[in-house]
Amino acid sequence: MGRRFSLFNLTAVALGLAFLYLPILILVIYSFNASRLVTVWGGWSLRWYHELLNDGPMLEATRNSLAIAFCSATIATVLGTLAAFALTRLGRFRGRLPFVAMIYAPLVMPEVITGLSLLLFFVAINLDRGFLTVMIAHATLTLCFVTVVVQSRLVSFDRTLEEAAMDLGCPPVRTFLIVTLPLIAPAVVAGFLLAFSLSLDDLVIASFTTGPGATTLPIRIYSEVRLGVKPEINAICTIFITIVAIVVIVASILTRRADGQAA
Amino acid sequence: MRRGFAPWADPSAKPLVRFESVTKRFADTFAVDALSLDVYAGEFFALLGPSGCGKSTLLRMVAGFEAPDSGRVLLAEDDIAGVPPYRRPVNMMFQSYALFPHLTVLNNIAFGLKQERLPKDAIAARVADMLRMVRLEALAARKPHQLSGGERQRVALARSLAKQPKVLLLDEPLAALDKKLREETQFELMDLQSRLGTTFIIVTHDQEEAMTVAHRMAVMNRGRIAQVGTPAEIYEQPNSRWVAGFVGDVNLIEGKLAAGTAGATLLEDARGRRFHAAAATPAAIGAPAAFAVRPEKLRLTATPPAPDAINTVGGEVIDIGYLGDMSIYKVRLDDGAVLKAAVTNVVRLAERPIAWEDRVWVSFAPEAAVLLTC
Amino acid sequence: MNDRPARRRSSGEWLIAALPYLWLIAFFFVPFLIVLKISLSQAAFAQPPYTPVLDLTAGLAGLRDFLHGLSLSTYALLASDDLYLLSYLKSLQIALVSTAILALLGLPLAYGMARAPRRIQPVLLMLVILPFWTSFLIRVYSWINILQRDGLLNDALLALGIISEPTTWLASDTAVYIGIVYSYLPFMVLPLYATLQKLDDTLLEAAADLGCPRWKAFFLVTLPLALPGLAAGALLCFIPIVGEFVIPDLLGGSRTAMIGQTLWTEFFANRDWPVASAIAVVLLLVIVAPIAFFESLQAREIERR
Repeated sequence: MGRRFSLFNLTAVALGLAFLYLPILILVIYSFNASRLVTVWGGWSLRWYHELLNDGPMLEATRNSLAIAFCSATIATVLGTLAAFALTRLGRFRGRLPFVAMIYAPLVMPEVITGLSLLLFFVAINLDRGFLTVMIAHATLTLCFVTVVVQSRLVSFDRTLEEAAMDLGCPPVRTFLIVTLPLIAPAVVAGFLLAFSLSLDDLVIASFTTGPGATTLPIRIYSEVRLGVKPEINAICTIFITIVAIVVIVASILTRRADGQAA
Repeated sequence: MRRGFAPWADPSAKPLVRFESVTKRFADTFAVDALSLDVYAGEFFALLGPSGCGKSTLLRMVAGFEAPDSGRVLLAEDDIAGVPPYRRPVNMMFQSYALFPHLTVLNNIAFGLKQERLPKDAIAARVADMLRMVRLEALAARKPHQLSGGERQRVALARSLAKQPKVLLLDEPLAALDKKLREETQFELMDLQSRLGTTFIIVTHDQEEAMTVAHRMAVMNRGRIAQVGTPAEIYEQPNSRWVAGFVGDVNLIEGKLAAGTAGATLLEDARGRRFHAAAATPAAIGAPAAFAVRPEKLRLTATPPAPDAINTVGGEVIDIGYLGDMSIYKVRLDDGAVLKAAVTNVVRLAERPIAWEDRVWVSFAPEAAVLLTC
Repeated sequence: MNDRPARRRSSGEWLIAALPYLWLIAFFFVPFLIVLKISLSQAAFAQPPYTPVLDLTAGLAGLRDFLHGLSLSTYALLASDDLYLLSYLKSLQIALVSTAILALLGLPLAYGMARAPRRIQPVLLMLVILPFWTSFLIRVYSWINILQRDGLLNDALLALGIISEPTTWLASDTAVYIGIVYSYLPFMVLPLYATLQKLDDTLLEAAADLGCPRWKAFFLVTLPLALPGLAAGALLCFIPIVGEFVIPDLLGGSRTAMIGQTLWTEFFANRDWPVASAIAVVLLLVIVAPIAFFESLQAREIERR
């Protein structure tokens, strides 16, 4: 096995990972920099984290982002799971091709286009921009990610388990609830987490579809960043990264355990 | 239980499962083609055939996962079309076992009982019985991924019998086991079936398995039944060249009917040699026919035969396959045809009289030949 | 098993597809129609800032007026002003070059991951995915720390003596390339890794057995078999990069803007909704071409098998 993994391979992987993580590491380290300037190291300090706690608009933006992310991820998870079932179980039905196209298009389409189209839509139907519109926009955008995740689990799902349940006297709906759902739950949860973090992270679509009182964290960070590097930004980014890292690690451990069970 | 058990021979007996001219198509092929079959209560019935012959489809029709395109499937004389699988008094043991990975062994077995909403203590008692029956009491709290293949198979068996179904369907249940385990389990299954009295219908492509466990078997080919009968009937009296060749090894001697009476038939092959069979003549003189002789019924000797010996041909041994308990001799006859003779190794290797390239004579008794016209 | 005749579907099954379908039609398809419609409109000092506006209460006459008001004048404007053409070309150029760089960098990384011992592969996969889950904005922003005039890159280069005075890295195409490659690397690596990981080792053993040195086997065996993954990764990167906004806005210069920036400026700064919509429509057409090409390749591949 070691023969496969040559020195070249090892170097490539090491360099690749270093490239990916170096800027993040720098950011994390400098969030503890007592000095305001990046080039000057002023010693370790939690100063910027303190200032963050006093930054009203920033905290409000965080609250908004979390709320929007939670709501939109919930909607996206429900719809995305339904779509995944439709794609894997219903076979070839009329209108399947446009359905597939609409589900997967947001995956690749530039966000400026989807953001613009949604805003124009909301204006056309006279819906005031704010919390609701951002939530709808994010749900639509992240729907396809949930579908991809759940679908890949469904494709490898052993359908004879459902047949066995029915053979033992379990009607279809109950079979879904006590056999299918528990076994695809890790994928559904993974889809939810993915939708959640995508919503939390989105700048472009939120900018198009937001309104007064619904400023999200990325929008806030972006407007501050345009004025230059602020160490507070480093602090909030570090917090963000830490939370996401914990969530991803937990999610992947859960998925690994579930896979081991199903094997 | 086995001796004398023959409900199919009783004209007044009603079958438990009946297929009435059932047809099922997938795309443009017939999975099942106008097939009729009766299975009686208490039978261990085997559906045997090559892959794609439709045997699994038949099984799934009884379970309720497939519906016939035409024809009827009757359970205890009721047409079960339209009855969903979760309402049929029939249970299935799946080829892949289909154990619920998120439930323990105990809960897997209890699953079907919980759907019936039986009282808790009744369920617990029945599950305990099942665990004892398959000898898995110690593993009740384990999850499927913590069990070996043989243990999983026993859980699947216990789970499918927990509801005491009228019919138990087994879909190639022993395919994943190694040879020794398979043989042991076959006898366990037979023992279980006769103790419980439940009707078992097993699907298998392994003819030895079918012949070991079944009271009766149906040999299927391309959606149709080639022959139904007890294992002995099918092996010793195949009704066609295909069945003769599919179940066990067989030597076929092709020729034309030369003469015949009520108890004996003469077959003349292309070289003019004549063979005798102790069977009634089924067709007119001159009609094409074949004699089927099983390898173990061929006698092999190095001594030249008497001039009036019947059913004897000479040839050269071209191959010997040593199987331990018996040896298979391939003999090339003078006209080029090859016959297979199976000889039990009664004496040990060094003392065997026949070797490669020996000149030998192959013979069979008239009673050993089966006359086939199709 | 695939060629079952169609069963009658229960109403429950229709509902499964209907719910997401309707949502997508309402919030994905209809908005596009509206973009199309507005691209055919004129800017106006009104709320909403375009005309004509469809007034359903005006009945058939209203519909007629509406259709009269539509025109292709906005598209004429796009065609006539060089600004837009240059912006599109710039976007295509950056997207093509970035995708090429991503392929060059992503291939060794994905290949290394695929060759790593089986047990640590999931860990490597998680390590590559983790940055993807942390905020896009944060990752782009983290480069500002490094690339700004008094940032770390200049510090390091000065210390090593490679340059004698701080260089401007930001507000340049180079910074945009760095930002894009950095942000999109996981999108290239993941499909490549998925394909390379499925590669049958025995193929390489066969090549070696037939006298092919390791490096040549890579080009003759591994690379051709990795092409589907490469194509998927390229598509997954190229298309969004064309319409990229955040990276050129934060790291790029003000000379020629990418098309995403142009759209943003037209919409937010100039309040010219019709032009922004027209830009979006043309961008969509530009993007559809590679997708259609890719699909026809795939269809031909499937036919060939």
